[in-house]
Amino acid sequence: MAGADLVLHDEEYQKIREVITRLRGECNAKVVFLVDKNGQQIAAEGELEAIDTTALASLAAGNVAATDSLARLIGEKEFSILFHEGERDNLHISVVGGRVILVVIFDERSSLGLVRLRVKKGSAELAAILDVMMKKSAAPRKAAAGGSPFAEITDEDIDKLFSD
Amino acid sequence: MTFINYAAREINCKIVYYGPGLGGKTTNIKFIYEKTNPNAKGKLISLATETDRTLFFDFLPLDLGEIRGFRTRFHLYTVPGQVFYDASRKLILKGVDGVVFVADSQAARMEANLESLRNLELNLKEQGYDLRAVPYVVQLNKRDLPTALPVEEMKRQLVFKGEPVFEAIAAKGNGVFETLKTIAKMVLLELRKGR
Repeated sequence: MAGADLVLHDEEYQKIREVITRLRGECNAKVVFLVDKNGQQIAAEGELEAIDTTALASLAAGNVAATDSLARLIGEKEFSILFHEGERDNLHISVVGGRVILVVIFDERSSLGLVRLRVKKGSAELAAILDVMMKKSAAPRKAAAGGSPFAEITDEDIDKLFSD
Repeated sequence: MTFINYAAREINCKIVYYGPGLGGKTTNIKFIYEKTNPNAKGKLISLATETDRTLFFDFLPLDLGEIRGFRTRFHLYTVPGQVFYDASRKLILKGVDGVVFVADSQAARMEANLESLRNLELNLKEQGYDLRAVPYVVQLNKRDLPTALPVEEMKRQLVFKGEPVFEAIAAKGNGVFETLKTIAKMVLLELRKGR
């Protein structure tokens, strides 16, 4: 199958959270959100109560995928930043390390210039962490701490999921 | 490409419903949405035209419960079936773990089924997947229509690797969950195999 499964361990998760928590403070943003290009949410910080994060992840990935294709159509490699301006809230979307999407939601307490500046700095840190995550994902799963819990899945376990 | 999140103890898998336009892909997802317990599903998102034709994708997150201490979540996507939306279809296939091919049983749509199947194989290949290796099931939809081809005839034309085949009337829900359960099991068994 194409590509390795994406595996997120606690160590990298904590580091990612540290960076996006700090980034949120520096940007004065409402939400900072990290999502895989395939639409899987990796981490999120901020005022999340009113947001359907699963849907946000899927739509952000769809948005970036469509925009990437648009870029290639006109001969660009990518549009590295997407910005959507709303009446109250704004969305700043950027691609980190070619693989992951960083979404920042902010209102009038912040500004596009500030967000762009801070995101640029934060992205470099995130890219380094993601690099480690990708390397670990590509390594055989047995090598991961504790081994793979999935080798032991039984047919019964799976049937139980569908019992009702 | 399954996303295994040890930090949140979650497994996330992506299933894509593929097939010709007006074949019933969105109808499958809508039925699943309607019949699933509210705690086990997220919002159904449809990026559709004003006439309810899928423009980009439908998306439905499902939470199936725990397996070995991991929350098992499936993200169901449909592609737009109409031929000219090919660029969008390719994007949806990114990171796919399992494919359901929803075929239209009407005799007049057999050519469209075959074209869509060829298109699926090609688009998967572009993403680095081999349809022969990806968990894959076929659903023969609209079995209640008078113009439906015999099942054996459809199988002869569409089945190529002994994949599971389900007869369905998605609008009434017949065969919808059987199809979903089978593809979900196949994806989880693939996970068990590891790489």
